[in-house]
Formats: sequence, structure tokens, C-alpha cells
Amino acid sequence: MNQKNQPGSTDQSLIRNFCIIAHIDHGKSTVADRILQLSGIIPEREMRDRFLDRMDIEQERGITIKSQAVRVPWTVEGTEYTLGMIDTPGHVDFTYEVSRALAACEGAVLLVDSTQGIEAQTLSNLYMAMDHDLTIIPVLNKIDLPSAEPEKHAEEIANLLGIEPDEVLRVSGKTGEGVKELLDTIVAQIKPPHGDAQAPARALIFDSVYDSYRGIVTYIRMVDGEIHSREKIRQMGLGTAHDPIELGVISPDMVPTTSLGAGEVGYIITGVKDVSQSKVGDTITTEKNSASEPLEGYRDPQPMVYAGLFPIDNAQYPDLRDALDKLKLNDAALVYQPETSVALGFGFRCGFLGLLHMEIVSERLSREFGLDLISTAPNVHYEVTTEDNKTILVKNPSEFPDGKIKKVVEPIVTADIITPKEFVGPVMDLCQEHRGQMKNMEYLSTERVELHYVMPLAEIVFDFFDQLKSRTKGYASLDYHEAGEQAADLVKVDILIQGEKVDAFSSIVHKDKAYAYGVMMTKKLRKLIPRQQFEIPLQAAIGSRIIARETISAMRKDVLAKCYGGDITRKRKLLEKQKEGKKRMKMLGRVEVPQEAFVAALATNDSTDKDTQDKIRAAARKDS
Amino acid sequence: MKGEPVTNDRSNDTNDTNDTSSFRPVASANAGSIMRARQLELGRAVAQDSRERSHPRPFEVYFHVPFCLRRCGYCDFNTYTATDLGEGASRGNFANLAVQDAIKLRRWQDDAGIPTVPASTVFFGGGTPTILPAKDLIKMLDTVRSVWGLEPGAEVTTEANPDTVDDRYIATLAEAGFTRISFGMQSAVPQVLRTLDRTHSQANVVAGVAAAEKYGLRSSVDLIYGAPGESVDQWCTSVEAALDLGVNHISAYALTLEPTTKMGRLVSSGRLASPDDDDEATKYEMVDSLLSTAGFEWYEISNWARNGEVSRHNLGYWRNAEWAGIGPGAHSHYGDMRAWDTKHPRMWAKQLHSGYIPWSGTERVNAVESVEETVMLGLRLHEGLSLRKVSEQRRKAQNEDAVASSDLGTQIAALRGLVGELSSEGLVEVVDAESLRIRPTLHGRLLNDLVIERVLDAMGN
Repeated sequence: MNQKNQPGSTDQSLIRNFCIIAHIDHGKSTVADRILQLSGIIPEREMRDRFLDRMDIEQERGITIKSQAVRVPWTVEGTEYTLGMIDTPGHVDFTYEVSRALAACEGAVLLVDSTQGIEAQTLSNLYMAMDHDLTIIPVLNKIDLPSAEPEKHAEEIANLLGIEPDEVLRVSGKTGEGVKELLDTIVAQIKPPHGDAQAPARALIFDSVYDSYRGIVTYIRMVDGEIHSREKIRQMGLGTAHDPIELGVISPDMVPTTSLGAGEVGYIITGVKDVSQSKVGDTITTEKNSASEPLEGYRDPQPMVYAGLFPIDNAQYPDLRDALDKLKLNDAALVYQPETSVALGFGFRCGFLGLLHMEIVSERLSREFGLDLISTAPNVHYEVTTEDNKTILVKNPSEFPDGKIKKVVEPIVTADIITPKEFVGPVMDLCQEHRGQMKNMEYLSTERVELHYVMPLAEIVFDFFDQLKSRTKGYASLDYHEAGEQAADLVKVDILIQGEKVDAFSSIVHKDKAYAYGVMMTKKLRKLIPRQQFEIPLQAAIGSRIIARETISAMRKDVLAKCYGGDITRKRKLLEKQKEGKKRMKMLGRVEVPQEAFVAALATNDSTDKDTQDKIRAAARKDS
Repeated sequence: MKGEPVTNDRSNDTNDTNDTSSFRPVASANAGSIMRARQLELGRAVAQDSRERSHPRPFEVYFHVPFCLRRCGYCDFNTYTATDLGEGASRGNFANLAVQDAIKLRRWQDDAGIPTVPASTVFFGGGTPTILPAKDLIKMLDTVRSVWGLEPGAEVTTEANPDTVDDRYIATLAEAGFTRISFGMQSAVPQVLRTLDRTHSQANVVAGVAAAEKYGLRSSVDLIYGAPGESVDQWCTSVEAALDLGVNHISAYALTLEPTTKMGRLVSSGRLASPDDDDEATKYEMVDSLLSTAGFEWYEISNWARNGEVSRHNLGYWRNAEWAGIGPGAHSHYGDMRAWDTKHPRMWAKQLHSGYIPWSGTERVNAVESVEETVMLGLRLHEGLSLRKVSEQRRKAQNEDAVASSDLGTQIAALRGLVGELSSEGLVEVVDAESLRIRPTLHGRLLNDLVIERVLDAMGN
């Protein structure tokens, strides 16, 4: 298909830049695919499901992590328009990426699953889009499904937006029904960009990725003026200047162009490989005729959750550093600094936006960079004041001061949970167990309730989300935002193996939960550490006070009963195999601990078997 | 079942992947001559190695008879209940095939220039060797006499299932020169015998041992402890029953569960209780104490003897003797070479018919591996292991003569330190301080793997 509007020579009035706000699984990628297909830029035979999700992990998990910006032609009544479609992630951890995408758009499609209704995260992204003054186009998806309830959910959305229910569009990404109307509505309702085409060039960097062949690919949204492919550019924030190697648009593959004009979305490659040289949120201008004021940048996202990442093979430490440097490039929220652990060796203490962010980073490190990692349990940061009035910022349990503590302050969040009303009870119980304080509760419709809580962030980062899902059969959704901090009765629980403190297992927990943590960890370790020549005590302690204890009894027998003829060769080969296995053992004092034990002990799931729960309950009765 | 150089499935898999050369049947018409040439080439290399050694090692012969009346649930040995497995590999013809194998081996040794000495021991294991008529076992023994010769006073043992031998059978063996019978008693408790799928009764064992004594044969019994459901008292009963037999040799093995056996599957599916290391440790300590009290002395981890009636054949395995293993799946040691026969009797027979030795794989152990073997075998024995000797052997093998003697001194000092540690932990006793000869204590016998590992570590192996 020949397109009339070419990059660099497309009038702003013909451009519509928009993003799609949707919850995971609400079918955003399917609708996006359908748009690409209808526009004709992807030949039918190349159409691949979920074209925009490039990374393996995204395809597998069905979630979108990195936003992509695609240029799509669409003709209404004989006029060809150019749509800039910016894909956004849908998970709670990725709010900051959503806000980048929003800053590059004039409109947002609010996509809601007509079998599910709106979810907490979508709601918060919707409010964010409204704050950015974006035109909102509400759409119900999956209307082809028998369980779809478009009337009911249209009502819900209409209430939220103050519109009529019949203004909510209905589409099916699967069958394509309604997608054409959606595109027409986008052209009709979303405002064209209104930058100053004659002014000095200003472009917003809203994303960048590292390509091992081409270096850094920077995604930009032109606001004012234009950039030519042979023009030297300058990053205003960093103050660096580069000659672009390539300028282009994504449609749907990378298409080089000679220029990009005001309102257009595209990419720049400068050949730079140093990841620190492309800062998301920075403004790009031309070296000649530079703009005087940069655009308003993004707020740097703040890490909320910390964990140590350690290579299982310590020789991989430099590789881990390189890999983190590369991920950091398009993941501004990832922060890290070197850390040394007695138990785990050299690694990095990393800050993440949330648990999924952490999980995705570790998965990308292992998948894309071939690293074999151990991750410590996630924690938040604390402000600890000691008796002598010294205040220490603790981002790692090992930094928690010994001795008397006057005050510990922890971050808190407001948590919004949307759930079908029959699960209100279980959700309230769960929040209660996690030290939540209920603020209020409102009915979104006759069926669904939104609960507002204030909770310690630390309670959310451990296993709250998984439990929420399991207690509501997957129906509840969660969104949370920082809401300051509070003083709380927190202690550090250490785990000792044969009297030696194992830093990787220390945890800062509420006083009431210290015993449960101690019991859980010591029991877990008892199962994970193989018996050895001597008895191994496993203890949990607060300071010098032991709160839980398990014992691994001494191994009594390891001998092979028979060793005749052919057994000899077999036994020798077994010995050699065991020698290899030893290399994966860590020595803690005299105790050999297999790497697998660290990995398993630090995993957050299956943390409480029935026996442990009984033990904890019994202790609780004793206390009260 | 005892004294048997036969691997189970798992080990054979390992061996096959590590083959330095493979002697599987080849499809071509002149397969026989190709294989003979390859085997000869290997033999010459081994002969070279043997000539460099100053004094010859003792030579033993092992026959593996791969037939049983029925298969026991715990057994993963190379044995079959069918009477005819094809290619002439039938019970009736087995002795003929074994004779052919022996003749081929001797010819190979001669052609390659491998020096031979008369056999000091012969051992028939299985399977159930006594499933064959006595004349077949005698035919095989006679073959050893004619092919290699038999040392005067050689030890000749057969394993026996108590159900398969009677007075006449034993008389015939004794007359032909057998000196020893090892009975698979396993337990004296009917419930335990049932768990193990054994059909004999203690009365049969008593009769067998009596017959052996009558005709001047020494007897040994094998016991198994740790069968699912066996109590400590039941084990005690079995040991005492074994002592009541008046035998001067007893072997006691912890039940080793192999996942591929019927019992292994029952345990992994939870239908049978899993053997427990602590229970087995208790039972080991018990048998050791009961037997010592009765005048027995342990000479290997699982073997106790009275009046010096040790199994010389089995001692040979632990002292690094050379031996020819004849029969499907049997292992052989010639110098630094290890060879193992094809497991399935039909394929084994087919290779024999093609005119070459029916090996399925071979391997030559290097200096490091050889030290591993010496250490892991020596530490099983009451006579113990001289760390100084092993250390010197290793240096010599690695041609480290050039290394300054002070370095040897450093290593000896390190070993001396280790011996101090091990003995203070109660794992070994020092037999001779000068040669650093150590012997595992009761504790060290149970934690034998740990001792082996620490010794190898200290040697830098």
C-alpha cells in the first residue's frame, strides 16, 4: 500500500498520537494487532499474533513490558491520517512507563474486558491520562465471548467518565468487529498535535533500547520543529552532541527516513553504545539552532523494593554488571550498587519498582544474558533511629544497626483493591493480616467494590499479591501508591547456621511476625541442608535472643554396602560426579550448603506448610 | 550375588558413554576380524604398561551365570529367568560359551604379550550359578585349569541359592576341587524373606551348610539388612541364626534400592517404606557387635571372618588384583585396563560366535583415577591404607620425580595433619604412623564416603 503521508512531511493536523490503557489480559495486544492488520502495513501472511510484543518473556507471559511506537496509516473519507500508536504496559509496577507513553500522546484508548470490567490498575492509569488532559476513548473488548456483559460494564465506565453508556465503543480484537469504528473515532475525537513546526526542534525521549548490533535505539516524540537525518543533535539534559546514524519510524519494522517533523513519533540511532548516554525524559534538539528550554521531563521513578542479586558462579560477576548496565538503559527505574554477602559472594543490591519488576529483571538477566542468579528475599527501605539519636537509612537487612533501637520508620502505601462483593470478607481479612488499615469502601456497581487501605509497603512486597489472587479466585485487582511513612514495631530476625549468622536470610519484620518468620526459615533450611558429619543447629534470633530452633542431626551412614568388580568403576565415577557437585556448595563455617538450598529457601512461595502454621498458632495462643 | 563383578543398568550406561572404544557387534561380514584387530591393539598397550610394573599382581577368574529361577524384587543384577535367550545363550549351553570366552581371552593375552600367571582364585556368581548342573560348573573350573592353570591351594567358590543345592550336588563340587560355598541366606525371618521375594527357608540353609561341612567345604552366608518393614529385633534374629550355623564367614549388606527394580518402584510410589539410613546404621553397629562377640573380625566393611577364613577372591578386588570376568555383564581388570562384557546374553553369545571377546566397552584408568580407586578400596579394609604409599605411587605415575623432595615432604606433612584430624574425629585409627597407614573405625566405616573424600582432597586428587 502506498502511503501519502511520509515521515518528515506530514502535516500535524493529520497526525493522531494515542496509547491504549488496559489491564493485563484485557486484550490490548490483540486489538493493536488488529489495528496493524486493518491499516495494511503488515501483509496478511506475516501477521503474527501479538506483533508488538517483541521479547520472549512478553510473549510467554502475555504481558507487555516495553512500550513500542508504531506509525499506522488510516484513511477516513478520502483523507489519509497518520496514527502514532504507543503500546503501554499494564502492570502495577510499570506506572512510570505508562506515564512516559502518556506524555507522548494526545489521546488514550481505555480498553476494558467486557467479561471482567475495569480493574484497579486501569483505573489509576485512567486518572493519570486524565491528569495529562488526554482525550479518553472508552472501549469494551471481547464482545464476541458468551460471558461478555457489555451493558453492565458500559454503565460502570460511563459512571466513571460522566458520559452516556452508549458512547462506550464495543470491539472484538479476536474477530475484528468494531475496530474500524474505533480507528474512525480516534481520528475524529483525538486532537492533533499542536507543536510549533517552525520553532527550534524539541523531541522528548520516551524510551530507548539496546540493540547488540546497532547500539542504542532511542524512541522520540517530536514536539516542535524538525530533525534531519544528517543533522547533529544535542541532548539538552546531558549536554552531549551526536551525529545520528539513522533516523526513522516503526511501521511496523524500522524504516529509515530523512527527517521527522513536529508531532511525529520515531527513533534515532547514534551508534553510541554507552548506556548512560541516552536518558529517558531528556529533550533532544538540533546542535545548530538549538532550542533554549527543554521539555518537561519525567520524574525519575523511585525504587520501592530492594533485593540482592548474586551470580551462582562468582566468576559471572562482571557479566552481571554489564547486563545490569544494559538493562538500565531502557529501565530507568532499575538501580543497583555492588554488594558483598558472606554467604552469596559478590553481587548487586538492586532497587525495583515492585515484585513483578524484580521478577522480570531477574528473568531477563538469566534469559537474555545467560546468567545463573540467586536473589535474596525482597525488602523495602527503613529509617532506623538508634538510642543515641543517629538515623540510618537501611536498604538491606545487614545494614540494620545492632543494639538498642529507638524508632524504625517504614514506607507505607495506599492500596486500592477492586473485588467482586462476595470476596470483600476474605480481602479484608488478608489486609488485616498484613497490617492494613481500612480507609473506606465504595461500590463501583452493584457487583463490584473498591476497598481503600493504608498498608506498609513491606507487607505488599512479600506475597500479598499472590494471596490476594488466590483468596479471590483471581478476581481482585490491586493498585498501590506511595503514601509517606510511619513508625512501626519492627525487628531484624537473623538466621544462624551452626551459630553463624547468614546475612542472606536476615529479614526485617514486624515484631508479631518475627516468630513465624523464624520458624518458617529454620524449618525450610532443615529440609534443604543435607545431613553432615556433625549436628547442625539452625536458629532464628532477634539480637541475641533465640526465637526458634531446629536441628539437623548428624549423618550416621553414607557408605556403599557393596563394592565388587563392576561396582568399582561405578563408584569411582560416582566419586568424580560428587566432586563436581561440591563446586556448587557454599561453605558457611564448617557447614556445606548447596546453592539450591539458598535458592529454595529464598523463594517466597509455599512458605507456610500446615505444620508451621500450627506451630505459629500454638505460640500465638501462648502469648495472649 | 556376592563377589560379583557385574554392574547394574545405571553403571553400564555411565560406562558406555565413557567408552574409549566400543566392541559392540558390527554389522559387516568381516566384523570379527575388525574387532579382533582393535582388541589386539588395545591389548598391546596394556602389555606395555604391565611390563613397566616390577612384580605381577595376582590373577583371579570370575564367572557370571546370568540365570535365576525367579527374579527378586530388590535385585538389579544382570540375570534372566528364561531358560533360552537365543543365539545359543541357553542355560544348557552356557558352560560351553563360557569356555569359549576363556579360550579367547587367553589367546588375546598371548597375542598382545600380556604376561599371565595361574589363577589364585575362581568365583562363580550370578544370577544363580547353582541353577546349572554341577558338571557345568566343573567344566568351567576345568577350563581355568587348562587355560591359565590354578595355583596350588587356590580358593574356588560358588554362590548358592539354598533351594538349588543338595547333598549330592555339594559332594560333586567338593570332589572337583571347589573349596567354598557362599549361601544367599539374606534373613532368617519369614516375613523379611517374603518382602525380599526369597523362597527358601532357614532349614534349607542349615542343610546346605551341614552338607558343605560334611564334604570339607568352607561356608559363608550373605545377609541383607534394612528391608522395608524389618525391625531391629528381626535383624538381630537373623544375625544370631547365621551365627548358629557355625560358619566362619558372614557378609552383611544394607539393602540398596535401585529405582529400576520392582522394589524401587514400590518405594517411590509410596507403597513400601523407604529404607532409612539411621535404621541401617543401627543395624550395622548391631551386626558388627554381635559378630565381634562371637569371635569374628571385620576385614572389609561388609565382611566378617573367623579363623582367617576370609574370601581371598573378594579381597583381590579391594587390593587391586587383576581378574578375568567371564559371562554377560562381567567386568575385568587387566593392568590399567577395565573391560566389561555385553550385558544381554544373546548379544554376548552373538559376539562370541563372531570370533572376538564379547566386550561392550573398555577404559584405561589414568594416574588420578588409579589413586581414586586405591583410596576408595583401601579405606574399606581392616588392613587399612598407607597414605604415604599412595602419595608416592601418585607421584611416580605422574612422573613427578623431578619434583623436589621437600615438596613430597610438604604433602606428607599435610597428610599427617589430616590423619590427626580424622583420628581425633573418631573416623580412623592409625595402624602405622611412619607409613601413615590408617584404618576406618566403626564410625569411619559408616561414614566411609566422607573419609574417602577428605583423603582425596588432601592428596590434591
